[in-house]
Amino acid sequence: MDWFKRKKGISSGEKKAIPDGLWVKCNKCGEIIYRRELQKRMYVCPKCEYHFRVTSKEYIDYYFDANSFEEFAQNIKPVDPLKFKDKKKYSDRLKEAQKKTGLNDAVVTGDARINGMPIVAAVMDFSFIGGSMGSVVGEKISRAIDRAREKRVPLIIVTASGGARMMEGAISLMQLAKTSAKLAQLSEAGIPYIAILTDPTTGGTTASFAMLGDIHIAEPGALIGFAGQRVIKQTIGQDLPEGFQTAEFVLEHGFVDMIVHRHEMHRTLARLLKILWYAEMPLPANSNNGNGSAEKASLDKATINKLK
Amino acid sequence: MLKKNFRMILDFEKPIVELEKKIAEMEEYARETGVDLSEDIQRLQKKVEGLRKDVYQKLTPWQRVQLARHPDRPYTLDYIQRITQDFLELHGDRYFADDPAMIAGIGRIDDFRVAIIGHQKGRDVKENLYRNFGMSNPEGYRKALRIMQLAAKMNMPVITFIDTPGAYPGIGAEERGQAEAIAKNLREMSRLPVPIIITIIGEGASGGALGIGVGDVILMMENCWYSVISPEGCAAILWRDNAKAPQAAEAMKLTAPDLLELGIIDKIIPEPDGGAHWDWDAAASTLKKYLLEELRRLVQIPTDELVAKRVEKFSKMGYWKEA
Repeated sequence: MDWFKRKKGISSGEKKAIPDGLWVKCNKCGEIIYRRELQKRMYVCPKCEYHFRVTSKEYIDYYFDANSFEEFAQNIKPVDPLKFKDKKKYSDRLKEAQKKTGLNDAVVTGDARINGMPIVAAVMDFSFIGGSMGSVVGEKISRAIDRAREKRVPLIIVTASGGARMMEGAISLMQLAKTSAKLAQLSEAGIPYIAILTDPTTGGTTASFAMLGDIHIAEPGALIGFAGQRVIKQTIGQDLPEGFQTAEFVLEHGFVDMIVHRHEMHRTLARLLKILWYAEMPLPANSNNGNGSAEKASLDKATINKLK
Repeated sequence: MLKKNFRMILDFEKPIVELEKKIAEMEEYARETGVDLSEDIQRLQKKVEGLRKDVYQKLTPWQRVQLARHPDRPYTLDYIQRITQDFLELHGDRYFADDPAMIAGIGRIDDFRVAIIGHQKGRDVKENLYRNFGMSNPEGYRKALRIMQLAAKMNMPVITFIDTPGAYPGIGAEERGQAEAIAKNLREMSRLPVPIIITIIGEGASGGALGIGVGDVILMMENCWYSVISPEGCAAILWRDNAKAPQAAEAMKLTAPDLLELGIIDKIIPEPDGGAHWDWDAAASTLKKYLLEELRRLVQIPTDELVAKRVEKFSKMGYWKEA
């Protein structure tokens, strides 16, 4: 009767980010959508505006200027420091994920532009072991932060992650501290950092760089939270309220600045960057905010103008 | 050696405890009857010592997890009581509430003025409900940060004690930004302009532990665990079976010797034979010795250098290859 038993799927973290096939069923309203149509609409349901999960490649296409993305730190690859094995070896999981996604690990880092304005970007990828943060994600995000600080350009991190990667144990936990420490340095240098929270952003990722932006933008309907819903349910022994841990919930409770539709993201980012960093406006003459960031910023704009 | 009559005995402790009981009985008998049993008693005592060494030198990671969770283990307040003078507990995050699962206060350790922060578990059901089993809400992390910033202002080193099964996973905790509270502590602790000494004194689970865990030196008591998730949580997710926690504990490399080797912690603080729960005073006095040693060393480092080194310490953590 083996054929009768339903084969257990692998963990939900490894579900395909984008469903295959010519026709796609909307996860929210059930509408059957022609795949080409969905692609044209940036994987947003034409009927209910549900935002499908997409990979880092799509986010790079949607959010940044066409062909502006130049990857760096692409040669950093994961190892298996604990020789970790559960039902499967971590080293095998890595190989499978690399094969499936064509990525080395769960984040892609690069220089990019938005309406011509230079930024440094780190884009996470949920399709790589649930976007989990291990040593490579921690290191690449740290390098992106350092690069933004050194080049004096704004930093944008797109999060899509279930949290820290269990298969690297305490080492992955330390990536929270590592990235947060780097962000303290970026903040002291007076460089703006925008975090874009996409579906899902939970666990250690939320408890570090996702919640440390100067501006937090969420995609509509994205799951954003710290503890997993199953764990919370078990702990409190009751059902969770509707809409719990959604972007809308987090906005209501004051932890994101705005929810922005995928189609509007590029334009919104451009407006933010212009006001925060790239606008040619007179600066307050008497800005003694202690770290002299205003002065550094004006210097930097001059250099950027030369670049243009 | 037993401090009180009732004590929870772990499975692997049983043979030792039984032998000790037997010795006590023989001593009692000898006293009462005047029969000389000293030779037999000595022989048994040697046997106990051998057995103790045998058991405690070969503890499995899962046994260490059990020791770290032992209900008779000293908690933050027990240590504070034994190592500080003039300790004053301070309350509240100034936004929402006071969190009894997190202790914060100021006091002295011999010649040093310090701020002390630590998770606090309860000893019985009633106290555990009050202390929320040592699981902090956002208020706990915000109170901790407030007191750390007070310490920075007053130029006092910060000492933190980690002992938590995790940050509290509740609806209110999410509503009030558990993740944001922890994230902010990580960022602010990385640049706090005074020395920070971290000690794991029991359980160190995930972001809930790390939320008071960024510092210049990270000490860990011998029978503790520290990792990204509890062994049960890891087993539930990766093995789909909570009962596989012992295997998960093995795979996660969460014991002090493992973490020392991986470069996550700096020093292991030895515990009394059989674990800190057998002798609180001895455990506290060793802890104090280590803290004083670190305090003496760290207060001499100029602030800029101290903070730069702290950031560098965490920057180096991680394993990868670069082609």
